[in-house]
Amino acid sequence: MTRDDRIQWLESTLTESIVILDGGMGTMIQGAGLGESDYRGERFKDFPQDLKGNNDLLTLTQPELIASIHKAYVDAGASIVETNTFNANRPSMADYAMEDLVSELNREAAKLARSVADSYDRPVLVAGVLGPTNRTCSISPDVNDPGARNITFNQLVDTYTDATRALLEGGADLILVETIFDTLNAKAALFAIDEVARETGIQIRIMISGTITDASGRTLSGQTTEAFWFSVRHAKPLTIGLNCALGPKELRPFLSDLSRVADTFVSAHPNAGLPNQFGEYDLDAAEMSEIVAEYGQAGLVNPRNTSV
Amino acid sequence: MIAEKVASHKPREVPTKAPVIRLSGLEPFIADETTGFVNVGERTNVTGSAMFKRLILNGEFDEALAVARQQVENGAQVIDINMDEGMLDSKSAMVTFLNLIASEPDISRVPVMIDSSKWDILEAGMQCVQGKGIINSISLKEGEANFLEQARKIRQYGFAVVVMAFDETGQADTRERKLEICQRSYKLLTEVIGFPPEDIVFDPNVFAVATGIEEHNNYALDFIQACKDITNHCPHSYISGGISNVSFSFRGNNPVREAMHSVFLFHAIREGLSMGIVNAGQLAIYEDIDAELRELVEDVILNRRDDATERLVDIAPKYNVDKEEDDTTVAEWRNGSCEERLAYALIKGIDTYVVEDTEEARLKAPRPLSVIEGPLMDGMNTVGDLFGAGKMFLPQVVKSARVMKKAVAHLIPFIEEEKEAAGDTSQEHGVIIMATVKGDVHDIGKNIVGVVLQCNNFKVIDLGVMVPTQTILDAAREHNADIIGLSGLITPSLDEMVTVASEMERQGFTCPLLIGGATTSPAHTSVKIDPTYSGPVLYVKDASRAVGVASKLLSDERENYHQEIAADHDAKRKAHAGKAPKKLLSINDANSRRPELQFDATTIVTPNSIGRVVLNDYPLDALLDTIDWMPFFNAWEFSGKFPDILNDPRKGPEARKLYNDAQAMLEKIIDEKWLRADAVAGCFPAYSEGNSIVILDPDNHERELLRTHWLRQQRPMPDGKPQLCLSDFIAPKESGQIDYIGAFAVTTGHGIDAHVKAFEDAHDDYQAILLKALADRFAESFAEHLHRRVRTEFWGYAANEALSNDELIREKYRGIRPAPGYPACPDHREKRSLWSLLDVEAATGISLTESLAMWPTASVSGFYFAHPDARYFTLGQIGKDQLASYSALRNEAVDENARWLSPILG
Repeated sequence: MTRDDRIQWLESTLTESIVILDGGMGTMIQGAGLGESDYRGERFKDFPQDLKGNNDLLTLTQPELIASIHKAYVDAGASIVETNTFNANRPSMADYAMEDLVSELNREAAKLARSVADSYDRPVLVAGVLGPTNRTCSISPDVNDPGARNITFNQLVDTYTDATRALLEGGADLILVETIFDTLNAKAALFAIDEVARETGIQIRIMISGTITDASGRTLSGQTTEAFWFSVRHAKPLTIGLNCALGPKELRPFLSDLSRVADTFVSAHPNAGLPNQFGEYDLDAAEMSEIVAEYGQAGLVNPRNTSV
Repeated sequence: MIAEKVASHKPREVPTKAPVIRLSGLEPFIADETTGFVNVGERTNVTGSAMFKRLILNGEFDEALAVARQQVENGAQVIDINMDEGMLDSKSAMVTFLNLIASEPDISRVPVMIDSSKWDILEAGMQCVQGKGIINSISLKEGEANFLEQARKIRQYGFAVVVMAFDETGQADTRERKLEICQRSYKLLTEVIGFPPEDIVFDPNVFAVATGIEEHNNYALDFIQACKDITNHCPHSYISGGISNVSFSFRGNNPVREAMHSVFLFHAIREGLSMGIVNAGQLAIYEDIDAELRELVEDVILNRRDDATERLVDIAPKYNVDKEEDDTTVAEWRNGSCEERLAYALIKGIDTYVVEDTEEARLKAPRPLSVIEGPLMDGMNTVGDLFGAGKMFLPQVVKSARVMKKAVAHLIPFIEEEKEAAGDTSQEHGVIIMATVKGDVHDIGKNIVGVVLQCNNFKVIDLGVMVPTQTILDAAREHNADIIGLSGLITPSLDEMVTVASEMERQGFTCPLLIGGATTSPAHTSVKIDPTYSGPVLYVKDASRAVGVASKLLSDERENYHQEIAADHDAKRKAHAGKAPKKLLSINDANSRRPELQFDATTIVTPNSIGRVVLNDYPLDALLDTIDWMPFFNAWEFSGKFPDILNDPRKGPEARKLYNDAQAMLEKIIDEKWLRADAVAGCFPAYSEGNSIVILDPDNHERELLRTHWLRQQRPMPDGKPQLCLSDFIAPKESGQIDYIGAFAVTTGHGIDAHVKAFEDAHDDYQAILLKALADRFAESFAEHLHRRVRTEFWGYAANEALSNDELIREKYRGIRPAPGYPACPDHREKRSLWSLLDVEAATGISLTESLAMWPTASVSGFYFAHPDARYFTLGQIGKDQLASYSALRNEAVDENARWLSPILG
């Protein structure tokens, strides 16, 4: 199957049934209990900085682990796997002094996901993930200077352009602009995707998911769900979705808002809520699936995350 | 587990949404039939709000945010933000303000409209906004490619767009043009790049009505009717406009302005106007307008009767009850005695209260003349002293003169009355006749000198421009003149001044003669003018010298001064005679040292458009960017570089005031179309033959249209560098190649006279001079702008040129545009060739005087040379041998040529 075939399959399937996205990469990696040397692997054993926690690096140092997580989600029914690239951008990688690896991390992550996806005899798509970065383009880092910014739109466009190019080279079918807490960051990602689309001539299908950070239903940068949708609608995304830091129940009303206003497919990316004081999640898989199943019943969504 | 649970559910159906504009700040905003007319707040606009401008210029961003907040509180559904102001780094102001707004949820809840005439500011703005706003604006002004590329980017940034009804030929003012441009823009946007029609907002240009100019009377109605047409022909699009433009001519009368806005909106909204940039807190309700006022306003807006403007103007003051706009610092100085107030007003150049203060002083004074001799002269003396000491600058002096003139104008009837009763008691220093000589039309410098002299109590009789010798002399006799002052800018005027001087001698004059103007010089005055007249002749460099010179000439010391002057002339003549005559090359030798330029496909570019291009009524605002402010400040005797001059510790404050006044007038010139810009340009096949350039018929290269003749440098160039002549830049006939030459003439002077006269009638020389100086700047800018279009478009040899305005002003481009009468070709007569080649007068209305000055004055003409090695040079002196060969080529008597070329003949 070519990329075009898979996308065609996805578009027609979305109108008939709910499509399942894979679930969180972070919690699965957490479950593997890796140590500093596991993160470093052979290649970075002498790297001058601590690397534990740099999950995106595991694509290079622990590819089998990442591949096995992708596989677990596909086995559980996911038709879309997300690349392990949530932080594979320059500002985030700067924390580990690994800005130069951005392109490689994106390309290799896409290749890895591609190889897993291609090992099944049903269509499985690879969504190349562009994460939000660790900086906000429309919020000041300094409370005393509300006009200050520690990243510019153009800097974001640059890193997102590199990442998008590499993800496509590695075999991504779609680009997922994920976990947006500042819409201006998302717009920079969408701008970059458009640049790459024009440069390569590939018609890139886009998925977007925003993050609702509190019970008022706004993004971190202050937009309501509907305002958020209007701000990204120009990119004509295949899907628009929400995740919520609070939990699946709390997500429900905002998903309902989005579902009402969005003239495109809607996705839900629920998680099990905030960790409790032991760092564990209170909702188990059964409870989670009950709540999420109700989204489908209410006709709110098209694709949706899964858990194993 | 989830996969199993959801497998049974049908997915959601994707809803279809109506094609309406969907904007967002922190909150969504949809404009559809339920929303009605959308108020776009106008106060966060430096061009529209003096207060906001002041806050931004002073960096008082907290207060500026308060303005934005108040707009939203008053019901603005979108806020328009504009930072286009010459004194500002507009881009950084835009970015700073947008970033600050992002932290103010009570402001950023509404979408923004980013408003600028500059693309880089619009783009920088879009990079700061997370919501979906509107860009204001783009247009077809610079062609389709540019327009579509900008629109595509706007889409990429996720913005909606305002498209102004403006195309390559100008801004739409009629109903038909408005529709034509909007429809064309609509088709391009929706069909070529798939721009969603609901994200397009048209601005069909709101222009001022009731300006007193008949052609403006239908502007509002044109707009209203165009709203209907656009609604019908461009489905789902929106229409907006800067509503307050319509009432510009009633500035200062807010009640009438608000009534005009309200009536205009009432009718336009009915025809499809969907948005407007308005002062959201200040919209009058149509029904609440006083019935009489509403009817008169409606007559104006709908152009219902010929005398609508007059009727509204007559009644307007009656409604002007709010005086809130007055300066709050007024109170303090208004508390003094009327004499103190007059002195203050004179020094500060404030004319608001001058008539009432003068009247008060007159009633107190023993005689009306005492007011002039007392407080007014005291004030003017202070001004004169400050100016002399370099503590005041020319624009201030001219403003002071305006106050003085208005006061005097008020007193004159009373003085006349008294004179009739008691006989003449004139106390003037002296009478000075001033004139720009025959054939010359330039008068800014002369007017400035006149004003300064008047400030110092000289009686100045200004005869204007193109004044024949006998008129000057007759006036001098009639007024018993103490001094005659002559002015001129072009080289033939030098000769004319000699004529005036010899006539003064012949007719027995003895009074001093002052000489001034750009081409005049101490040497020319001593060597050529002074010997023809036995009275004192003086070269005056600028206005600041004029008073000292005139006072001395009329003082008791005058005899000594006359001798001093005579001695100085002698010394200058000796120095001149003593100079070893410059060694010149023979013309044959000079000709043999012409440069060898490369002529081939890389240097000869066939123009895209051959033959004439006429551009009438060209949009003035397209010329703003290329204005070169240096000469403007020089005209006002500010030396230094622009914009550094604005921040000069000493001159800066006054230079800035002058600049602000200029900006305010520019706005009026453009909004109210005071000036009309017309141009003609053309490229023609040509080859050179020696020092001549033969211009050919574009349709038949065998046929000569005309021959132009040029002069070659004879001063030996250092290091054996070539001796230049403009013909060198065109391929010689023997090369067998057809090259091209261009020519152009532009003017921005049509329409100026009525406005200058209105200012002069109101004793406002300041604004009159300001307007003339700006018209000149526009003309130069138009020449620059047109040259760029020729390079990139009509001729197209530099299609990819990308230069900043500063680089343009510094002429960093390929090709030159020398003008006849300037250093490379001092012979003004090639203007005649240019006029016949382009039929300039028919195309642009620019005529030539007998000295070949252009009329209107604000005009520029010249030839285009495109060769990469073409450069400006100074011809310098030429020899008798070239004069002879040149005369032979022109087939004219040597004497006739010697007359035209006298400045460059040793």
